[in-house]
Amino acid sequence: MLEAFEAAAPSSGLDPYVPLVALFVLAAAFAVFSVAAAPLVGPRRYNKAKLDAYECGIEPSPQPIVGGGRMPVAYYLTAMLFILFDIEMVFLYPFAVTSDQLGFFGVVEIVLFIATVGFAYAYVWRRGGLDWN
Amino acid sequence: MIAHASAPRPDTAQLLAGDPFWLIVVKTLGIFVLLVVMTLFMIWFERRVVARMQHRPGPNRVGPAGLLQSLADGLKLAFKEDIRPVLADKWVFFLAPVISCVPAFLAFAVMPLGGEVDLFGVHTALQLADLPVGVLVVLACSSVGVYGIVLSGWSSGSPYPLLGALRSAAQVISYEIAMGLSIVAVILSAHSLSTAEIVNAQQDFWYGIVLIPSFLIYLVSMVGETNRAPFDLAEAESELVGGFHTEYSSLKFALFFLAEYINMVTVSAFATTLFLGGWHAPFFLSEVGGGVLNSGWFGPLWFIAKMMVLLFAFVWLRGTLPRMRYDQFMKLGWKVLVPVSLVWIVLVVCVRALQAGGQTTLNVSIIVGIVVLAILVLVMIIPDRKPASDPNRVMVTGSGYPLPPLDLKVPKAPKRQRRSPVAQAAEPEPTALTPSGVAASTSKEASDGGV
Repeated sequence: MLEAFEAAAPSSGLDPYVPLVALFVLAAAFAVFSVAAAPLVGPRRYNKAKLDAYECGIEPSPQPIVGGGRMPVAYYLTAMLFILFDIEMVFLYPFAVTSDQLGFFGVVEIVLFIATVGFAYAYVWRRGGLDWN
Repeated sequence: MIAHASAPRPDTAQLLAGDPFWLIVVKTLGIFVLLVVMTLFMIWFERRVVARMQHRPGPNRVGPAGLLQSLADGLKLAFKEDIRPVLADKWVFFLAPVISCVPAFLAFAVMPLGGEVDLFGVHTALQLADLPVGVLVVLACSSVGVYGIVLSGWSSGSPYPLLGALRSAAQVISYEIAMGLSIVAVILSAHSLSTAEIVNAQQDFWYGIVLIPSFLIYLVSMVGETNRAPFDLAEAESELVGGFHTEYSSLKFALFFLAEYINMVTVSAFATTLFLGGWHAPFFLSEVGGGVLNSGWFGPLWFIAKMMVLLFAFVWLRGTLPRMRYDQFMKLGWKVLVPVSLVWIVLVVCVRALQAGGQTTLNVSIIVGIVVLAILVLVMIIPDRKPASDPNRVMVTGSGYPLPPLDLKVPKAPKRQRRSPVAQAAEPEPTALTPSGVAASTSKEASDGGV
């Protein structure tokens, strides 16, 4: 039976990413099904207060109407720094994989590269970009 | 098996390329079920262990030893009302739990659960996919998961979720830097981004021992990455109610819960793969019986056991440590973990280069030690910039009105004078309009008016 299956589905032609797609489809189907089923399975008892935004104590001001909520600028700074270091990682990984082929040249280059980013890092640190108050 | 270990192994990727489609489906289902069951188990496990640490029994009613408790909770959630607040953005609110849940599942696809086994008559490896960029898949999935958090907070149209989502996102991306940098040393040693090859490279020694700084940085950042205690600032109940999923209910909330626990399982599995030798048996057992403990279905056993140790550490941390303050947390991530990682990477690169250049180990360690010490000293002597503080400064608000200094001393109320008018008459009249004088005169007037 299994041999017949194997013969029916010759295995050599499958892309290595097919399993990833299969898992993605399964997980997405599960998640979408759950989200879609939630309103159908659960009860529905209308109450105006239930549909309000959760509040506690004094009413927040300004109200974060969708898209209009303001946020501390420090988060933007963190996001920018994240991009900076993420790019650094993007360059470090290929170097790490091929470091043996690159030899001494690669070592010098990557140390220079880390030093360059290190200067930017030290600058941000000195200017208080990493502080949260 | 020892001979097998030294012989050129069949490439895991090639082995997996031979999987027929039905086997891929079986493995996919297997991983899906494993993750869901691990989530249910972990919720029970966490509640039981934390309960024991707090001298109480924990859930023990539903099923044997309360094992079915989380299943019952999940079913209960499914039959709760699904609430969408009026201010919420309909589609994004709907999509956010999906975006947060799917990558959590997906990251597990590249984990090598075990070595070569015979599964339903097919010789294969216990791994869904062995990609040449396996490590990047895991990191990418954890990055995409941040979208779910941010979008859920933004689309709820409510202040607490928005704040919680911002905190959570900033936290995850900050610790992703540290996590990504800690992995670089492993890739430098294994020369591959494929998870199966990284495990194979650890047959003789685990990277968790050889590259112990990387391992420690990874352990700290994996707790920060998954928003778990003591870094669960996004869900700080005392400040932010429930964090980014405050407005969610029913199965949507369950999906966020599922994603959180799957992420815990995934980072633990990833740590096992990168640092703890994956599915290989511990050293002292790998020689037993000619390596029989290192083959076949023993692989997943070791893998799950190592993973459970790390998952227990998660629970242990939660039961032991209080929550950190947000600024302390960000300071730890950006000012400690990142620079230490960078210095460590430079160190590893230099050691490898010098060894390749024919230097002896002693020479290498001396040279590198001096270099690292110099860098560390340089880094440490950069002082934090102190905020300029002037004691006599008058604060001006945006509207231009000066505010009194914030450390204003409130004058003492002259109680004695009010109680005994005779003693007051003996004292000299206040000449200047000092605060106490003003207070005294007003109190006198008040008492006169009262009489």
